Amino acid sequence: MEKKILITIDGKEIAAKPGQTILECARDNGIFIPTLCHYSHTTNVGACRVCMVEVEKARSLVSSCCMPVSPGMVIHTDTKQVRDAQKMIVELLWSSGDHNCLTCEQNGQCELQNLIYWLKIEKPRFTIQPPGYALEDTNTMIQRDLNKCVLCGRCIRACNEIQVNEVLDFSMRGSHAKVGPAFDADYIDSSCVFCGECLQVCPTGAITYRQAKFAGRPWEMDKVKTTCTYCGVGCQMDLFVHEGKIVKVSGNREYGKPNEGSLCVKGRFGMDFISHPDRLKKPLIRHNKNEELKEASWDEAYKFIADKLTAVKKTCGADSIAGLASARCTNEENYLFQKFMRAAIGTNNVDHCARL
Amino acid sequence: MAGLAAAFGSGAMTNSIEELEYTDLILATGTNTTENHPIIGMKVKRAVRQQGTKLIVIDPRKIDLVKYADIWLCQKPGTDVAVLNGLMNVIIAEGLYAKQYVEERTEGFDALKTTVEKYTPQYVEKISGVPAEDLKKAARLYAKANRASVIYAMGLTQHITGTDNVKTIANLSMLCGNVGIEGGGVNPLRGQNNVQGACDMGALPNVYPAYQPVANEDTRKKFETAWKATLSPKPGLTLVEMMNAAGTGQIRALYIMGENPLISDPDLHHVEKELKKLDLLIVQDIFLTETAKLADVVLPSASFAEKDGTFTNTERRVQRIRKAIEAPGEAKPDWEIISALASQIGYPLQYSSAQQIFEEITSLTPSYAGITYRRLEKEGLQWPCPTHDHKGTKFLHKDRFSRGRGLFHAIEFIPPAELPDAEFPLILSTGRVLYHYHTGTMTRRALGPSERYPESLVEINPVDAKKFGIADGQMVKVTSRRGMVEAKAQITEKSPVGIIFMNFHFAEAAVNILTNPALDPTGKIPEYKVCAVKLQAA
Ligand code: SF4
Ligand code: SF4
Ligand code: SF4
Ligand code: FES
Repeated sequence: MEKKILITIDGKEIAAKPGQTILECARDNGIFIPTLCHYSHTTNVGACRVCMVEVEKARSLVSSCCMPVSPGMVIHTDTKQVRDAQKMIVELLWSSGDHNCLTCEQNGQCELQNLIYWLKIEKPRFTIQPPGYALEDTNTMIQRDLNKCVLCGRCIRACNEIQVNEVLDFSMRGSHAKVGPAFDADYIDSSCVFCGECLQVCPTGAITYRQAKFAGRPWEMDKVKTTCTYCGVGCQMDLFVHEGKIVKVSGNREYGKPNEGSLCVKGRFGMDFISHPDRLKKPLIRHNKNEELKEASWDEAYKFIADKLTAVKKTCGADSIAGLASARCTNEENYLFQKFMRAAIGTNNVDHCARL
Repeated sequence: MAGLAAAFGSGAMTNSIEELEYTDLILATGTNTTENHPIIGMKVKRAVRQQGTKLIVIDPRKIDLVKYADIWLCQKPGTDVAVLNGLMNVIIAEGLYAKQYVEERTEGFDALKTTVEKYTPQYVEKISGVPAEDLKKAARLYAKANRASVIYAMGLTQHITGTDNVKTIANLSMLCGNVGIEGGGVNPLRGQNNVQGACDMGALPNVYPAYQPVANEDTRKKFETAWKATLSPKPGLTLVEMMNAAGTGQIRALYIMGENPLISDPDLHHVEKELKKLDLLIVQDIFLTETAKLADVVLPSASFAEKDGTFTNTERRVQRIRKAIEAPGEAKPDWEIISALASQIGYPLQYSSAQQIFEEITSLTPSYAGITYRRLEKEGLQWPCPTHDHKGTKFLHKDRFSRGRGLFHAIEFIPPAELPDAEFPLILSTGRVLYHYHTGTMTRRALGPSERYPESLVEINPVDAKKFGIADGQMVKVTSRRGMVEAKAQITEKSPVGIIFMNFHFAEAAVNILTNPALDPTGKIPEYKVCAVKLQAA
């Protein structure tokens, strides 16, 4: 048994695990501490100080996401001093950006909006002075509006520590600090591979899905858990559906293996083929070899095939018929296909493109 | 697959994706992981950057992973067996192999030892161009790792010696006691989402579901009873053999579900000619693919977002797909189409849902027997999962190989079927790029990926570009003995001198017009990774 560390949070005695931060220990014990820059599976940087708490005998408020527990610590998460400091931080963030929730895609799931509401702030005490950055809409996948950026650095850590694509960093420091690829380039002109991890971790509307813009509000969409149709990793993902259309695709950290909520560009931004106008909608038949394909009903198509297959089988035998199943279809369909070839047709001429 | 099955008794990925993050060493060969399996690539990079995992890359191209590697062995395409034998030569010569493991769990070591004896680092350098010193360093690094995992993909298998390559990599892994342990293993990364599942389900000419041979009488009886039909004991034809048989008139009707062989097969001109000779070509797909355009009947199917079912990923994990939206027009899930068609020809195959089919599958597929849709609700399960309370299998061959003892195969190096000469001085290698998938039918209709990678590119080393007078972004003609395609040149150090790379996602620059249909004799995999070409400005 590893040794427990005894501490007190908000009057409650708690046995913490060694090495835990105050934040982790509080969360394990159902005590809420607000956060902004903290993101699990990335390093704690202590950038925003929203998570601050009072620790008795400490000289100032401490960032709970970075501070490891030590024996005998007495912690208060809910004092006037803590709340006042949190309000100050949040109001500064609010006033230094263009947080116009009216048209923001994150409305309803924005962590800044939630913080403001939770801290019961009516209005910031400072004048709102957005930096006036131009909207980055130079690619079709990811839109960036850095006027909504709170400089939490989550995108940077996601890009470097989760995806290890090593594209994003802070450029400049202090009040001119800005996040982005090297030389302040647009994503499309950088080495970005459009995995969209930065988008998924951004707490505000600073990084959003370009194609999902005005396509549905977060609360109007249904979420369907499924498996990516592209490569063999089989990432688990959510399809967001609005009015019968897939509006966007996201990873979900709760789904666990094999991808723990991360996706690549194909999974996240490659699904619009589903609603492409080229989709086949009706069976097509070519009645004679030199004619064009013509639309037909399912019944006609089934009959056409059945007649021909039966004729070929009769004249040339079952082994003159072959079938290719598909590494893109489901197990159920592949099973049925080979059963069809073997039991209904009577041949083992069945294969698929595994080798290709 | 055939290679691994021969060595271990099972052709599947031995270990799990997550284990890559807590192993001591990863050997990546013939896999451009960050582009073809980006999330696995992500884990490899994380292991290197955050866990101190060592990485050895064996690849002719300077792929992205090279940036993260401790050692990069840049071999001439098609010399994999020589390089791997060379590694084993050093490991055995220096006594670094897992003697106890080899003795207790494997057979065939003496023959292996004799064969690799002549693959000294100097000899291997002559064949492969890999410096002898680098080879020695890599051998020691690999052998000294406590647990080492091998990952590989089509770069290893798409050669006439594909099966040999895989057997050799299996040799190396067993030699150092890395099979049957957590964090180790030999791990083929499957290119398409459900290759593993299609194989598991018996979409193969010689086996029923779960690799039960059609030629085995007891097995056949079991399926005859279950399916209420008389079944043929004669193994069928493989894909490439089918195409050839279509040419000779031996195959008269072909039913293709969700594949586009007209872009993916080697030597396309030939395939098109053969397909046109058929009495009946049925193509079932979501788009009018190049292959569907030749069909007599085209059946519109539902996409993965419009139906229920399961896929099995590369680590044997069976996972659900769920219907999110309606299929367009009259398109239907493939299983509904097959079932209606069967009834029409007088063999009723009626099911009310994908789940009902799955239940039948589990009753005939021992490795899936314990899996149910309900159990898959939260997280997928890795086969073998024989019973309802079995938790699934994270890694195979623990304590015992599927075939009993692991079998070493003594393998000699054979050069690729087609090598450069005066007329065709360059080697063409083919594969995928990050932004596209397979024959491009889906990604090329996706806005983002097409924006990032709008057209086919030929990757050419600056030295070759200079030699053949080609500028970056210029259109070039690439010609092989079988045909010619045009595409845009991209001048990059990623391609080594003498080798150009093209992808097969673009029908208008269909690289498989050029590739060599020479087949691996066992795996029947075409040699996509090596063919001789010439390069000219267009
Ligand atoms: S999309 Fe991915 S690679 Fe591009 S900046 Fe964001 S995290 Fe980095
Ligand atoms: S863009 Fe988003 S994630 Fe990145 S620093 Fe700004 S607010 Fe944070
Ligand atoms: S999201 Fe990317 S890595 Fe994951 S399964 Fe899809 S294609 Fe593969
Ligand atoms: S959440 Fe702790 S400092 Fe930002």
